[in-house]
Amino acid sequence: MSMLEINDIHVFYGAIHAIKGVSFRVEEHEIVTLIGANGAGKSTILNTVAGLLKPRSGQILFEGKNINSVPANRMVGLGMALCPEGRRIFQQMTVRENLEMGGYSRPAGEIDGSVADVFQRFPRLKEREKQIAGTLSGGEQQMLAMARALMSKPRLMMLDEPSMGLAPILVEQIFDIIRELHAAGTTILLVEQNAQMALSVADRAYVLETGTISMSGEAKALLEDDNVRKAYLGS
Amino acid sequence: MIFLSNLVNGISLGSIYAVIALGYTMVYGIAKMLNFAHGDVIMVGAYVAFCAMQYWGLPPAAALLIAMAVCTVLGITIESLAYRPLRQAASLAVLITAIGMSYLLQNLALLIWGANPKSFPSSMIVLPTLSLFGGGLTISGVTLVAILANLLIMLVLTTFINRTKMGKAMRCVSEDRGAAELMGINVNRTISATFAIGSALAAIAGVLLCSAYPVLMPTTGSMPGIKAFTAAVFGGIGSIPGAMIGGILLGVIEILGKAYISTELGDAIVFAVLIIVLLFRPTGLLGRQVREKV
Repeated sequence: MSMLEINDIHVFYGAIHAIKGVSFRVEEHEIVTLIGANGAGKSTILNTVAGLLKPRSGQILFEGKNINSVPANRMVGLGMALCPEGRRIFQQMTVRENLEMGGYSRPAGEIDGSVADVFQRFPRLKEREKQIAGTLSGGEQQMLAMARALMSKPRLMMLDEPSMGLAPILVEQIFDIIRELHAAGTTILLVEQNAQMALSVADRAYVLETGTISMSGEAKALLEDDNVRKAYLGS
Repeated sequence: MIFLSNLVNGISLGSIYAVIALGYTMVYGIAKMLNFAHGDVIMVGAYVAFCAMQYWGLPPAAALLIAMAVCTVLGITIESLAYRPLRQAASLAVLITAIGMSYLLQNLALLIWGANPKSFPSSMIVLPTLSLFGGGLTISGVTLVAILANLLIMLVLTTFINRTKMGKAMRCVSEDRGAAELMGINVNRTISATFAIGSALAAIAGVLLCSAYPVLMPTTGSMPGIKAFTAAVFGGIGSIPGAMIGGILLGVIEILGKAYISTELGDAIVFAVLIIVLLFRPTGLLGRQVREKV
């Protein structure tokens, strides 16, 4: 049984047919990445898995269970978390409050311990514990978004463009964190425009083009593939 | 001394506006909609309290609690029947629905309680009148209660919003509904709770309002409703301290304007001040400038 299995989903924005029959799967302990150009539908897929959008047809199975009709606010309780595009941290809350909200679905007694764990992984956030999140730098905000998603102790972590808008050194840091999370046993579904970085960290990859999957395979193989290199790696 | 007594009256009226404005501002801040039926929920609260005391012979405290309970249920019902189906609709559709709801409540009240004004029982608030400076300044029991109630409500509300799990969930929904859902927050339930609190406050405001100005009719809530909305915008809509400061300032301006400039122009002065404030601070006194960080 795959951790996540997507079967032929179609997603619409009003009349716009954004996802046209996409199927893929994520096995336990894998890092899988979806790469593709801007507007290919990568974020739409993650938002659909997270329940923020509903597929018009097709199936989404999480740990074997059909979650098509599960509302978004119940997904986190099932064991998945989405760190959304653009971070979407709560700008007016403090760093600590953001983390507490990340643990909203968990018993109150476990929150402090989890915050301490998260601070160990992100010492920078610990320094900024009482700061209003909107005043953090871009890199710190990204770390906070990831830390907040981790607070729910997800088995499947979905990351949407975690490197967006960050300086190269911060991108490296973010990908190091992704590797660490993976090493700690978290399954990861990663959406990236930075195909080079994404393919270097992932086990497998799917290439998305205007709402359909055009290519898939081992990340290392795709990294060597001429078409992928031309289209997404700029060489 | 007359000035002082006008000032106290202004603060008292302003405190009532502030309690109403808190309801407006909470619903606006969290559900992102202007609930123009809020003023009419006040009227319903006042009628329920009136009936409880006058017809069922209940003590004032019980009457207040019943009014709060009825308004809470009414608020939740209005939200789930009229506003929730429009969650994805354009904000103009929601606004028009709210105005329609306002007329619906007024006409239902007309049907149930008739058009004749009822005289709200003065036994609601039985505090004695406070006499200061050898009788130079008298402060009525209603005035005191209004001011104290306002401070207490503001304190409780601020603590609730900042400290409790539900309060924090409300702040999340206020900032980013989608992200709130990703945290596991039930957005519908959170908005429902917001309406419940706003409507319970409306019941308190209705009782305070009718204790101070004891004429009760189906349109009793409209003008204070609009003024309190003005107060909320004045203070910065969405901001809890803003609603309080806006409410009190508005009450003071209204009373002082009536006393020293013109009785007839009292309301015009209030709205003129609003326009001037908004010209210089479009987000209101305590409203925050929305800034995006890339």
